[in-house]
Amino acid sequence: MKQSKSMFSPLKAWKYLVKEPVTVSKENIFLTPREASDRYRGFHTNDHSKCTGCGTCGEICPTEAINMIVLPDQPFEDGKKNERPAIDYGRCSFCGLCVDICTSDSLRMSKEYIHTSIDVETFNFMPGENGIHNTYQKPGYGRDEVSELLDLERYEMKHENASRKNSFIEIVKGFSTEMALAESSRCVECGVCTQTCPAEMNIPEYIKTVYDGDLQKGIEWIYKTNPMANVCGRICTHKCETACVIGNRGDAVAIRWLKRYIVDNTPMDQYEAGALAYVTEKTQGKVAIVGSGPSGLSCAYYLSTLGYEVDVYEKNALPGGVIRYGGPEYRLPEASVIKDITMIEKAGVNFICNSELGKNISLEALRDQYDSVFLGIGFSYSRPLPIPGSDNKEVKFAIEFLGQTRDYNRNMGEMPDIQDEVVVIGGGNVAFDVARTLIRLQEEKYGKSSVSMAALEHRGILPADLEEIEEGEEEGLNYSFGYGPQSIEIKDDAIVGLKVKKVNSIFDADGKFNPSYDENDVKVVPAKQVYIAIGQMANYDFFDEEMKSKIDIFRGKVKVKDNGQFDNYPWLFAGGDIVRGPDIINGVATGHDAAKAIDMYIRSK
Amino acid sequence: MTDKLKEVKLFLGPQHPGMHGNYSVHMYVDGDLIKKARPMPGMLHRGFEKLMERKLWMSNTALIPRICVIEPDINEMVFAMGVEALAGIEVPEKAHWIRMMILEMARVATHLFALGGIGGPTGIYTSMYWAVAERDLILDLFEKLTGARVYHIFIMPGGVRKDLPENFLDDLSTYLESLEKKLPDFEELLLKHPVIHARTKDNIMLPKEVVHDLGVTGIGMRSATGVAYDLRKVKPYARYDQVEFDVPTATYSDALTRIHIKFAEIKQSIRILKQVIEKMPAEGPVRVPIGTGNALKIKVPAGMIYTAVESTRGEYGYFIVSDGSDKPYRIAVRGASYPQGLLGIEKYLPGTRIDDAPLWMDTMGVCSPEIDR
Repeated sequence: MKQSKSMFSPLKAWKYLVKEPVTVSKENIFLTPREASDRYRGFHTNDHSKCTGCGTCGEICPTEAINMIVLPDQPFEDGKKNERPAIDYGRCSFCGLCVDICTSDSLRMSKEYIHTSIDVETFNFMPGENGIHNTYQKPGYGRDEVSELLDLERYEMKHENASRKNSFIEIVKGFSTEMALAESSRCVECGVCTQTCPAEMNIPEYIKTVYDGDLQKGIEWIYKTNPMANVCGRICTHKCETACVIGNRGDAVAIRWLKRYIVDNTPMDQYEAGALAYVTEKTQGKVAIVGSGPSGLSCAYYLSTLGYEVDVYEKNALPGGVIRYGGPEYRLPEASVIKDITMIEKAGVNFICNSELGKNISLEALRDQYDSVFLGIGFSYSRPLPIPGSDNKEVKFAIEFLGQTRDYNRNMGEMPDIQDEVVVIGGGNVAFDVARTLIRLQEEKYGKSSVSMAALEHRGILPADLEEIEEGEEEGLNYSFGYGPQSIEIKDDAIVGLKVKKVNSIFDADGKFNPSYDENDVKVVPAKQVYIAIGQMANYDFFDEEMKSKIDIFRGKVKVKDNGQFDNYPWLFAGGDIVRGPDIINGVATGHDAAKAIDMYIRSK
Repeated sequence: MTDKLKEVKLFLGPQHPGMHGNYSVHMYVDGDLIKKARPMPGMLHRGFEKLMERKLWMSNTALIPRICVIEPDINEMVFAMGVEALAGIEVPEKAHWIRMMILEMARVATHLFALGGIGGPTGIYTSMYWAVAERDLILDLFEKLTGARVYHIFIMPGGVRKDLPENFLDDLSTYLESLEKKLPDFEELLLKHPVIHARTKDNIMLPKEVVHDLGVTGIGMRSATGVAYDLRKVKPYARYDQVEFDVPTATYSDALTRIHIKFAEIKQSIRILKQVIEKMPAEGPVRVPIGTGNALKIKVPAGMIYTAVESTRGEYGYFIVSDGSDKPYRIAVRGASYPQGLLGIEKYLPGTRIDDAPLWMDTMGVCSPEIDR
């Protein structure tokens, strides 16, 4: 471009003298700052009521500007930590990755961008809903589905199709390596699950081992808090998944199935090395465990790792309790149970079967022979239902029936005597176990199935898991939920049906159990057998009179200290169902706690 | 005695209004003439390459723009291109167009800044005020699009971070029109200005023969050799193969020629942006996930790759090595201004005057943070 001939040509720029400036004049910046754009990444705001304290914002932060601060006053809730993020604006780069990855949708950024102070501490603050100056600020940058940094969709495992009802084959197939890797990479390692798990399992740690491909390490992590890895990998009530922060906006991480992936896929030598990594020599003392259910096994394993000689007394022919005689084969294959029990046996635990407390052994004898005794007897008796006709011989009970079926499945007993048209009373998971087991046995015996279910609760408030209800429906269960059983109809000493009445409400105005019925809606569910699965209980007949008077039994459960120790009998400990009610993972947790307490008790004796 | 008094050592920068960034040149001068020049880099060394090895793939997206302050988007682009190539994923069509739009907006903003920067050493401060104000209007657009004015962190591996906000292309269109109206005034003010001609014509030369020896790319190379080597043309990325534009060249690289080429490139970028507005897909995804899992767990398959884009200063590239883990194993940055910023200063400043040194920095495009990293 040629040089301009006229030396005045640059003066053309003077025409801009009279134009409005495009810039903001300095004196107005603080008084009326220019409003930022709608996506502006300004100071953070955080809705503390939504925030779970998971700390994922701090994990992604490229400048490590986010620190999680413990708030002692924050009420403890399941699925939430009492920590909240504080942001150091000396480090923050305002990238907004924390907002994109926020699991609870609580963190976002505002349009506020001015903060001046000579006090450096003011630059490190914990944002609340109103931002850094506690004045309402217009929202700026927020996450949307494009900027999402979480993987919200669960990788579903394969299920057997509806023809599964012909056999006891396990319904849920395991993860493939690729799927397990993909599923494990959805975890943000916040540890909210650990806080919620009764056994406080190191869940993020063992999920990380799947991600890293180091399964032996995974077994070690699992066995630190739970020696029932195979069982809990299949039928745990997975409170962790309810708490999982990914579940706030998407599907919770399949924690239970990842645990199952670890135990199913670790080579046996590595599995053994991991499971027995903490077992020590037996030098400390002797402990008797009564009952070989989850709590007894857990207590036995951890006592064994602490160096105690442990004898486990079991009333049945095989150790395992509810995992051996309860859960049906299609949910909990025998091989898994054997794998868990074998590992516990290898840890040095001695099993003495066919020994029932109160029959061929007594509590006094155990007290004299051992340093300490642990009671893990479980709720191993079915709760009866006192309605007319319930004394008929064709009225069966859940626990006995499930135990018989397990024995039949492992070729140790006859097939239970079942009819081709039956009804199951109850709406919990055990009732579904009974009903779906009945379908399988009927298909085997008769080639067809007809199983009805009746429960007081209507479908929306049924205590059973949703997947049980849905899968049961697939398999052809007839539901009469919301109908309370009134009487068992009997003709010529044979059952013909169950009379049920529509339930209006289960509890009265005071909140007491007192069902009221709609008298006009009565029907008879046809059946030749009735199965009662309305709950379980324990039998405390083995306590002598003095103990009965000194031990507090409330609603079928014994009252003990937090560590499982009885108040008046320091040598006696309890755990599992009789302390916290029926739940496997609670059993494992109480067993572990009691093991630690027994160790303390014996060492301080 | 008189011999020793002849040579005086002067510091240009790091605290000097004529210096670009935290950079320094030690000049040994005899009167006004530079006898010897020593570039002093390192004041902006923040160890980015090492730091990137310690950060997750996704966290790195917030670090890398800081390697070049005035044109951060090229960093995001080369990083994203490298990760995508290693992961073997194809970016959605609309994301390509948005990326190209961002890169060209950044090019206009950077060239405007450079044109304004000529105002300082030549005393035409009006050009500085104008250019910075014009650039600010582009930053407004960036703020609307990405939520930040300078470090946009918008081009992500797998696409872009968000879809376009409402009416964004209309706003861009309005801005381009206003900028085009302003360009003739810039011409009058800068390109035809007698002072500029006096200071830059036949001065501050980059000899044609040394271009390849030095490794100079971009405007420096194109202005000296007449070769239209522009990565957007010779190895198109984004959707540069679907837009029409020219690559301005010259065969005589004095400072004035380079200013002219910068100016011509602004016009070409406006031309590209207009085509982007026209051809931008209305619908469609703008991002695909790289691998499975959340951002904390993303792993990039093992491998190594060199990706490069055409920055305002030349070929800007990343050499990325992944060992298949959740963090990069090694990332090396090819800063485009490395040759002219180090060896170029040492060899071609001697013989010019003291006041020519800042003009070399400006017209050759020396960006100190990308030299230091």
